[in-house]
Amino acid sequence: MHFFMLDEGPLIWTSDVLIILATIGIIAVLSYFKLWKWLWDNWLTTVDHKKIGIMYLIAAILMLFRGGTDGLLLRAQLSWPNMHFLNADHYDQIFTTHGTIMILFMAMPAIIGFFNVAVPLQIGCRDVAFPYLNAISFWLFFAAAMLFNLSFVVGGSPDGGWTSYTPYVENAFDPGPGENYFLVALQITGIGTIATGVNFLVTILRMRAPGMTLMRMPMFTWSVFITSIIIVFAFPVLTVALALLLIDRDFGSHFFTVSAGGMPMQYVNLFWIWGHPEVYIVILPAFGIFSEVFSTFSRKRLFGYSAMVVSMVAIAILSFVVWVHHFFTMGAGPGVNSFFGVSTMAIAIPTGVKVFNWLFTMHKGRLEYTTAMLWAVGFIPNFLIGGLTGVMLAVPPADYQYHNSYFLVSHFHYVLIGGTVFGVFAALYYWWPKMFGVLLNERLGKWHFWLFMIGFNICFFPMYFLGFMGMTRRVYTYPAGYGWGVINLIETFGALLMGIGFLVFAFNILWSARYGERDTTGDPWDARTLEWATTSPAPTYNFARIPEIKGRDAWWLMKKNGESINGPKDIPFEPIHMPNDSGRPIIMSLFFFIAGAGFVFEWWILAIIGLAGVLVTMALRSFEYDDHHYIPVEEIEKTEAAAGRL
Amino acid sequence: MKPSGRRLRSLLLVVGLSMFALTGCNSAKYMPVLSPQGPVARSEYYLIIWSFALMLVVVLGVFVIYFYMLVKYRARPENKDYVPPEIEGNSRWETIWTLIPVIIVIALAIPTVAVTYKLVKPPKADAATGSTATAGASSNPIVIDVISERWKWVFKYPAQGIETVNYVNIPAGQPVDFELTSDGPMNTFWVPALGGMEFNMPGHDLKLWLEADHAGTYQGRSAQYSGRGFAAMTFDVNAQSPAAFTKWVQTIKQTKPPLTKQADKQLSTPGNVGKMAFSTAEPQ
Ligand SMILES: [Cu+2]
Repeated sequence: MHFFMLDEGPLIWTSDVLIILATIGIIAVLSYFKLWKWLWDNWLTTVDHKKIGIMYLIAAILMLFRGGTDGLLLRAQLSWPNMHFLNADHYDQIFTTHGTIMILFMAMPAIIGFFNVAVPLQIGCRDVAFPYLNAISFWLFFAAAMLFNLSFVVGGSPDGGWTSYTPYVENAFDPGPGENYFLVALQITGIGTIATGVNFLVTILRMRAPGMTLMRMPMFTWSVFITSIIIVFAFPVLTVALALLLIDRDFGSHFFTVSAGGMPMQYVNLFWIWGHPEVYIVILPAFGIFSEVFSTFSRKRLFGYSAMVVSMVAIAILSFVVWVHHFFTMGAGPGVNSFFGVSTMAIAIPTGVKVFNWLFTMHKGRLEYTTAMLWAVGFIPNFLIGGLTGVMLAVPPADYQYHNSYFLVSHFHYVLIGGTVFGVFAALYYWWPKMFGVLLNERLGKWHFWLFMIGFNICFFPMYFLGFMGMTRRVYTYPAGYGWGVINLIETFGALLMGIGFLVFAFNILWSARYGERDTTGDPWDARTLEWATTSPAPTYNFARIPEIKGRDAWWLMKKNGESINGPKDIPFEPIHMPNDSGRPIIMSLFFFIAGAGFVFEWWILAIIGLAGVLVTMALRSFEYDDHHYIPVEEIEKTEAAAGRL
Repeated sequence: MKPSGRRLRSLLLVVGLSMFALTGCNSAKYMPVLSPQGPVARSEYYLIIWSFALMLVVVLGVFVIYFYMLVKYRARPENKDYVPPEIEGNSRWETIWTLIPVIIVIALAIPTVAVTYKLVKPPKADAATGSTATAGASSNPIVIDVISERWKWVFKYPAQGIETVNYVNIPAGQPVDFELTSDGPMNTFWVPALGGMEFNMPGHDLKLWLEADHAGTYQGRSAQYSGRGFAAMTFDVNAQSPAAFTKWVQTIKQTKPPLTKQADKQLSTPGNVGKMAFSTAEPQ
């Protein structure tokens, strides 16, 4: 039966078996240890930003595994001329899901995970502005990710590339549910992302501890603030593009079909008006992370704080006026191409300022090469190569030669892996103790870093030459005689090293959970910002008393002046107002999932049931009046006494 | 932890050396982009080299500072109680490293804009061409319509009244005005040895000027993914002397069958086909 794709061969059968085994395994373990109630009470219904952050990160790491496996399959197929490991259809589906998962379901949840883990703690508040909405954001992302992953074994994955250019993805050329999966899953996760943008914008504007002016905020919080603004402006454009295309496919309209007067170019424009800022949505928070890590492990305050802020604002503004550089070869006039070429090059200026400021943060410092610092240090040369080849790509006549070639593939992997993925790993090693109260093993961490970093360069650096040799992206095979074979083989070897590096990281997580050094101080790195002032992991209420902020690097100042995070001793605590947990976000997202499946397969009854469910859960929320509670003073005193802060 | 500087340096050395080794096979066959065979590809090549040189300056500058910082300021056992200074910033230095990228961007932007404008006009055999087969060639451009089908390349020669599939003959030393369109999804028309690509889009005619210096055969392909048969969507560009080109047109007219409606329909059904030629360009 084609619906379950049982005619598609061993790749799908293996996946089916693995999915079934994993599901049975999870259910069995949860049931055997009677963990269902624990899971529901502590995690699935939580509105605590710290736990939501952790769930985002777990999902992101799982998706990194899925997207990485996709990448290895692609590399295996390309490793030699005329390979028959994957056929064209499977290859097309796998590169599409690889790109989509890595950007939307790996990089995005990873950085949003760190928004949640760090921002409220860094600005000295107790939760995000809208905790319930925050839970909805997470569960929407999760439902969308599950829906998207299902496509591989039910009905077929999308095969139009992560950019999904029209008219190829219109029904006429690309029938079946595959492309609908892309449109619906991105739409659902996009709603959650917009909500996250609003949530953190309001959190950072309204909930900072007294004394924390904008220019005293930690650099990571600044990067999240600017990223949230970009999200709020960029994601609605994606929403519109996806909606129009879905209406074309599901209801037979012709927004993008030429034969009926539509404009395929319009989709390309809309996609990149979102797509280019999206690049900065995933890179700016990484910049924020590196700023924290550089200053912590150089034992110095960040060099040129104001210039860093101004640079980020400039990058954010410029990110909206460069989108045409993704299609210099689509026949815009020389005036348009020149404008977008030069505006793209201009991004190198604020980015350069940031790089120099990081370098001078290390100047006269006392550099400690912890694993987190290694990722930050490794970021500079790799990102530099990615960024500078980006400037080379911004030259329109040169881009005519690079467009869609492996030169481009190398460039964006250098930026996205050398920037975002290195940033995510730096942040994982840096904030792991804050999240779990355990440090990741440093020795394993260094193995992880070196294997991954070296493998990454072996995998992607030769691609610049493949571009000059005329190899284009998304070809599933190539004949012998072009000289591409050996280079591709070397790259596949590099990809394997990266895979091994990832496995070392996975092992590190397991090893450290059992044997890792416990963080009893709450401040294992002798760090500078407020999240390190509280216990690891932080109590539900984060801070027993909202701290008074007297300058940048607030916690560093307090440590130097010998102050306690709880202020003077004699003032009694007050009960703390906290939001109630709620099962409704996860139930609502289940209805979104059902509606999504309806739109994917054009089963309208299912779609209506799902949408009705969404509306009912929303309506029920509006009738809920008892949605918060107070943590009594005795409980706070007990927790604070246990942490030695009384 | 040992200083990571040394390891990083040896890594970069390896990468750099392999770079030189690879550029050894810098020939039209293996590195078409870096061995341009026509004025369009050449002006793009010079920009690529210029931008690379500028970027190399940045890379070297940053790497020197980078390794200096990494090695000089690493925490050593003997400086355990060293307290780093709390430096706010330094407006003079920050101005300098704002101005340097500004200058580099200007140095890159000026030739970029000039070449971008130049490439929309028919290429002129410039001084850098050297002596080529241009002697005797008319500088009158020849027009060739390029239609991307799923998944094949159809070339129509309106003035000559012939059609070829998956290969195209052009006179060397003469500008060629490729008029690009698509009968299906988008593709891009790319002959790296002769110049950069341009999109084939349904419902649009985009113009791409290319020119070959001398006779030779160059590989072309689509760079824009368009579905299952996309990987095999390649074609040959045969540049010939103008006389040979005229003769070739005659041969096609005399020896190849006319384009039938049936053959035309076959071309628009999805699939890859071999090379073909027809003595007419309109189906009859
Ligand atoms: Cu871009």
